[in-house]
Amino acid sequence: MANVLLFYFFAGLAVIGGVLVVTVRNAVHSAIFLITSLLATAGLYLTLRAEFLFAVQIILYIGGIMVLFVFVIMLVNLDVALHQVQFNRQSWVAGLLSMALLAELLAAFSLAWSNPTSQSLLLPPRAAAGLLEPNTQQVGRMLFEKYIIPFEIASILLLVALVGAVVMGKKRI
Amino acid sequence: MIPTSHYLVVSLLLFTTGVIGVLTRRNVIIILMSIELILNAVNINLVAFSRHLGNLDGQIFAIFVITDAAAEAAVGLGIIIAFFRNRQTMLADEMDLLRW
Repeated sequence: MANVLLFYFFAGLAVIGGVLVVTVRNAVHSAIFLITSLLATAGLYLTLRAEFLFAVQIILYIGGIMVLFVFVIMLVNLDVALHQVQFNRQSWVAGLLSMALLAELLAAFSLAWSNPTSQSLLLPPRAAAGLLEPNTQQVGRMLFEKYIIPFEIASILLLVALVGAVVMGKKRI
Repeated sequence: MIPTSHYLVVSLLLFTTGVIGVLTRRNVIIILMSIELILNAVNINLVAFSRHLGNLDGQIFAIFVITDAAAEAAVGLGIIIAFFRNRQTMLADEMDLLRW
């Protein structure tokens, strides 16, 4: 029961935070709501028994990426930006099409759920209960055994991003 | 325990919100934050299916997605700062020149 309540709390927080990110006027408030949404997502990972990703989400996403975002917002924040029009001209069409996308995906979901072969998505999974249990240990083993080459490629990607960010930060570009 | 479909619906709502943000906002920083929302929705999906199928590949993929998000944020924000230094604006619809 507590599990269900926690899930709905975190899910509601994530969705409301997400909606506020795109509707609010001030970019700093937007960043704060994004942090709320990301924290709620970390809680969702915890209800999914993904402890390592919970820690990664908080340390890397909120402690790293969002701090970077807030720094840049403080660097470039203009008071005039608050009085400008916040939505572009095609926003009505875009909102309508996004709602169509939402309806379409929900329809696809309900179609998949009414299909008896994929019924198990509606039930809590049973086989996987204790299978992933020392989560951090298993993720570490998998990352350094099965996924060692993608891991190294990711480090090269980070190096490239680092060099790119330094070049972009130069005085004259 | 919660059925996987509930997580999928949460992820779908977050994804649609992110898409709306990318398509309608004018401020570039908020567009980047909407992209973070979309990546986050994908991560929820991956972790939910990781639990549903009982193997960890989804969680590993989520870690790689977070790595990509970090790289994208670093380069994107660098571009935004360079652009702001040259044009003194943050609006996406004024970014219409490849060179000036």
